[in-house]
Amino acid sequence: MEEEKKIRKIVVPGEEIDMEGKPGRGVFTENGKLYSSYLGIVESRSGYVNVIPLSGCYIPKKGDKVIGKIVDLAPMNWVVDINAPYYAPLHVNDVPWRVEFGDTGRFLSIGDVILAKVSNVNEMGQVWITLKEQGLRKLEGGHIIQISPSKVPRVIGKSGSMIQMLKDYTNCRIYVGQNGVIWISGSPEGMIKVIKAIRMIEKEAHTFGLTDRIKEFLERGDE
Amino acid sequence: MMGMKSDIKLIDDNGLRIDGRLPNQLRPIKMEVGVVKRANGSAYIEWGGNKIMAAVYGPREAYPKHVQESDRAIIRARYNMAAFSVDERKRPGPDRRSVELSKVISEALTSVVFVEKFPRTAIDVYIEVLQADAGTRVAGITAASLALAHAGIPMRDLVVGCAAGKVDGVVVLDLNKEEDNFGEADVPMAILPRTGEIALLQMDGDLTYDELTNAMEMAMDAAREIYKMEIETLKSAYRGDDNDN
Repeated sequence: MEEEKKIRKIVVPGEEIDMEGKPGRGVFTENGKLYSSYLGIVESRSGYVNVIPLSGCYIPKKGDKVIGKIVDLAPMNWVVDINAPYYAPLHVNDVPWRVEFGDTGRFLSIGDVILAKVSNVNEMGQVWITLKEQGLRKLEGGHIIQISPSKVPRVIGKSGSMIQMLKDYTNCRIYVGQNGVIWISGSPEGMIKVIKAIRMIEKEAHTFGLTDRIKEFLERGDE
Repeated sequence: MMGMKSDIKLIDDNGLRIDGRLPNQLRPIKMEVGVVKRANGSAYIEWGGNKIMAAVYGPREAYPKHVQESDRAIIRARYNMAAFSVDERKRPGPDRRSVELSKVISEALTSVVFVEKFPRTAIDVYIEVLQADAGTRVAGITAASLALAHAGIPMRDLVVGCAAGKVDGVVVLDLNKEEDNFGEADVPMAILPRTGEIALLQMDGDLTYDELTNAMEMAMDAAREIYKMEIETLKSAYRGDDNDN
């Protein structure tokens, strides 16, 4: 993503965007002119002008992989906090286990963390998530940190380059949820390093040449 | 206290005000964003003698459930004055004035936020007045708008608060405490600078039609200035990161 040709210009809500193109995400039109609706960075991609917000909450999209925390139990479902404006129910039919009515607590209890997929979102903002897919599971051990969801693409990097680099240098297992929750597991030193690197990415997400600087940071190894 | 009789001369023979400003001059303003770490967005503003903190939480699911709107977010602003914010200790807690201000500020902010993007949620805006020196509601709105932008909430425009009024028979901009207490009128406004729309307009005291038009005109001009400061504050918060490397 970072090598793509674009202008890293910061705009504020209501600021006119002097660019040609169709209104994309984070952009609205008035009298044929484009305006930003976020405090963010302007980006032009395949004919659309987008504004990537610099901060903000996660808006669930169908198909996103997210990391969530169980906050409540019910006889037929769990309630999961996925860092969105709304809690997401996880129904017993959406897990790979056979759960008796009222027996949800035996499989996942409050405070457990899961890697799940958003199976559906409706216009009222209601979200459903599922665990019934390859690779989706309960996450055990490890460490969790949160970043702004708009910076997730930078942490992953162009076709996973950034995340792969972090994994290679530190031998940690890392999962990045689209909701900005990151799960890390590995040696204590490695985890500390990954967290520092991710905080650095988060802070400098809107700058150029980030991958090189992170690489340099990982190689230095002393901090 | 408006319109209290006094011997104080608020405008001197040279046409200057009690603090040496011209009739159409603002007090010095200082803004900062990102001051409250645990909030989704926050801002701090110093406007003359006013010191105000604003913090935004959400959008998050609105509780109790009956306050939810199925097609949009609700904005709950809470304007609160600290007990130590004024000369004589203010009894803490909401009173008639702060409940009213919370309501009008909520409405002003609702008009700029794309509330329909977050159905069933609430966006909480806390405005804490740490030190008051007249014009706290407009400074509060300005801070709240910065905090909303900083929280990544989609908006049509930034909001700029600005007050004008009448003192010793002269229409002046941005009243200070003495002018507010002993002057003749105070007109707080919230302006959307891009379109020039008005999100809040109140008037305390009496003005003729021409005076009111004049005062609004003055506030509009000043709003453009404050708008520039807002943009600069928001942008430099991120430009600063660049320089750190």
